[in-house]
Amino acid sequence: MGRYIFKLPDVGEGTAEAEIVAWHVAVGDRIEEDAQLVDVMTDKATVEMTSPVSGTIVSLHGEPGAMAPVGAPLVEFEVDGAGNSAGAKATPAAPEKSLAAPAKPLAPPRPALAPEGGEGKANTEAAKPAPAAKPAAPVARVSDAKPLASPAVRQRAHELGIKLQFVPGSGPAGRISHADLDAYVASGARGGPARSPYAQRDGVEEIKVIGLRRKIAERMQESKRHIPHFAYVEEIDMTELESLRAHLNAAKAADKPKLSLLPFLMRGLVQILPLWPQINARFDDEAGVVHRFAPVHIGIATQTVNGLIVPVVRHAEGRNIWDCAVEVARLAQLTRDGKASRDELSGSTITITSLGALGGVVTTPVINRPEVAIIGPNAIMERPVVRGGRIVVRKVMNLSSSFDHRVVDGYDAAEFIQKLKSVLEHPATLFMD
Amino acid sequence: MSEIIHTKLLVVGGGPGGYVAAIRAGQLGLDTVLVENDKLGGTCLIRGCIPSKAIIHVAGEFETMARAAAKPRHGISLKNAPTVDMAETVRWKEIIVGKLNSGVAVLLKRAKVRVVNGWANFTDAKTCTVTSAAGEPVTIHAEHVILANGSLPVELPLLPFGGPVISSTEALSLDQLPKRLVVVGAGYIGLELGIAFRKLGAEVTVVEALGQILPLYDAPLVEPVRKWLERHGVTLHLNAKAKELVTGKGGVSLAVETKDGQTLQFPADKILVTVGRKPNTDGWGLENMAIDMGGRFVKVDDQCRTSMKNVWAVGDLVGEPMLEHKAAKQGEMVAEIIAGEKRRFNPASIAAVCFTEPEVVSAGLLPTDAAAKAVKTITAMFPFAANGRALSMDAGDEGGFVRVLAREDDHRILGIQAVGAHVSEISAEFALALEMGALLEDVAGTIHVHPTLSEAFHEASLRALGHAIHI
Repeated sequence: MGRYIFKLPDVGEGTAEAEIVAWHVAVGDRIEEDAQLVDVMTDKATVEMTSPVSGTIVSLHGEPGAMAPVGAPLVEFEVDGAGNSAGAKATPAAPEKSLAAPAKPLAPPRPALAPEGGEGKANTEAAKPAPAAKPAAPVARVSDAKPLASPAVRQRAHELGIKLQFVPGSGPAGRISHADLDAYVASGARGGPARSPYAQRDGVEEIKVIGLRRKIAERMQESKRHIPHFAYVEEIDMTELESLRAHLNAAKAADKPKLSLLPFLMRGLVQILPLWPQINARFDDEAGVVHRFAPVHIGIATQTVNGLIVPVVRHAEGRNIWDCAVEVARLAQLTRDGKASRDELSGSTITITSLGALGGVVTTPVINRPEVAIIGPNAIMERPVVRGGRIVVRKVMNLSSSFDHRVVDGYDAAEFIQKLKSVLEHPATLFMD
Repeated sequence: MSEIIHTKLLVVGGGPGGYVAAIRAGQLGLDTVLVENDKLGGTCLIRGCIPSKAIIHVAGEFETMARAAAKPRHGISLKNAPTVDMAETVRWKEIIVGKLNSGVAVLLKRAKVRVVNGWANFTDAKTCTVTSAAGEPVTIHAEHVILANGSLPVELPLLPFGGPVISSTEALSLDQLPKRLVVVGAGYIGLELGIAFRKLGAEVTVVEALGQILPLYDAPLVEPVRKWLERHGVTLHLNAKAKELVTGKGGVSLAVETKDGQTLQFPADKILVTVGRKPNTDGWGLENMAIDMGGRFVKVDDQCRTSMKNVWAVGDLVGEPMLEHKAAKQGEMVAEIIAGEKRRFNPASIAAVCFTEPEVVSAGLLPTDAAAKAVKTITAMFPFAANGRALSMDAGDEGGFVRVLAREDDHRILGIQAVGAHVSEISAEFALALEMGALLEDVAGTIHVHPTLSEAFHEASLRALGHAIHI
């Protein structure tokens, strides 16, 4: 038997540390090679780590939420054969003590037992007296037994989506009654609907900000702390672009993707950004250097079940609108499935964040640091507009934007947005040199 | 032009799984069509549980009278031995079947279920064509399909059904009592019928390939049945294999290889083969439905879903135990799930009864089951010999008892068995105790009516707790 220490490997280019998101094993578990071990998160990608060896878990280092530097020991195994840790044998006691690994449930208390040896004779005990020692009174549910409950209670629990294993039973042998189920539901356990819509509710849920949520929190905090934002909003007449878009969608070949507003907006940015190089940039404020980019790598803010993630359409300048649409859809799917790679989630030079589909008049987007600008299209709405002295109905969109005032002046930003308005309102110019 | 029906729910099979599903679906307002080729009621009602119980009842009456004729009994004597007219017995049985059969039809009608008579053949998972001798074929398209096609008796390759070789179906419609009956397979069907025919006066030989009758149960539980067979002159050959039919001068006989390798021949008027039942999976287009199988059964989850969306299967088609009450419960559940309710099939036990002499009931675990051996248990039995009601029915000396098996640590009851006259009627208390999660103390704390057989359950529980009164 030997010890094998699994150290956090370099999970992505340039990663210095990763956050432990979830353990799939506990101390004492026997695990096979390649079985799921732990999920760690770097930047915005979660990586599922599998076990490099078969063995028994001796210790786990770090609770979910903890940061682990690359190269730090994560898991200690006891393995057949020599393992990889010569000196470890002598020192397992110390790290084990500090572990916060989930304790195994204690063995249930057993009542005084009847004499042994009755089991094999059970079948023929017709003439035998009943067990001599009177068994003790009923005890709480023993851990290896199925939860005890009547069919009506089981049915109700099933309808509420509650697993009876988790419901404490107050009856003999831990039998679960309707009252126990009520108490479990009232205690805020998941599943049960409130009995009255106006019932007062108590209780505060404590949710650890870890994983992606913590990453988002840090990034937002840093952006707002470091960057003096200013917002600029302009009204854009989207009528012509919308009719072009409708036409393209109606006339497109079957293998082409459906076009949303995004590819057009991306096209517009690609068209005009060369005129404002200070906006297609990343500002390394610690070094005091602005990197102006020739390529346009557009971050697309994407909502996932776990939170906001920004995949990146690289080299938008090299893509036509169809390519842009395909790439946006592909990245969105990958991101929502949690399968986007690190490369697909980093390196943007400007970001688009659209809440337009939900409505809303104005947003003040937070810049995706270290970028210096972010564009936020809002909902397109039909509005009365005065044209040549007459009121006409036009499709109008408010375009929000935020800039890093340290490196982008208000005048330039306004000019930039005005130019963007101009190309979007005359969509033919999107496709002209 | 043949008729085309579009319906929300198509149920195939008018047995207990199918008709209960259809009635429940109808009650829940689902547009439902039920297809059945035969009379409504299925194996249970037409050629299984009910008809066999009618024959068993008649056999019991006949035997009581025959015994009184042979020798005055409890003050009753008969001058002449009774006779039985099997054709008349079968007619009476048919009347009962007919009543139940039309009862099912009325219930279906009341639930607004449309019944289509004929043979359903699926072309895809949601479409079938129903053909019948009576009329034009009907095509049915359904949003949901419940398969309740039931099961068939298993045939032995060397002993195919036909001629003197019969299945339980034919055994229940014989118009003449076979003088010599050989029963192949000592499961509950074979023994129920073998015992009934013995009571009616046939010479009965039972051949079983395994080393015990009713092989699903433990030896003490089936001992009273074995003793009955012995006392009543039923020849029992265990560890013996039925080989083939031999036709000689004096009629046919069955060649049997006994456990010591000898081949014996048993002359027989009828050979009843009851070696089990198999799911009815052939001849109705199952292969066109792209449904996964689990062995010979249609594979379903705990909601009776098959691998095909919105195709459900219940009853004998989906696995053991092949029992009416399981099929009916599954049928009811599936109808409710389709109607949007949240259900799953999760019984604590499915009790089973053998209407042998005496009757056998088992609910939950047997002491011999691995799950029972895995934990520390208490077993206690109470004999009917110490039960007043059993004695008053002349049922105290056949070795019957009620036995209870409970966990030693928390006293929850894991299994309950009984063997004895009429114990089938106390099976429901066993099932209820298990479903409600009863402890020994619960049964001990329930006042049981005196004088009844059920007191034996109370006493067995007391005995398990170490303080039985009447023993």
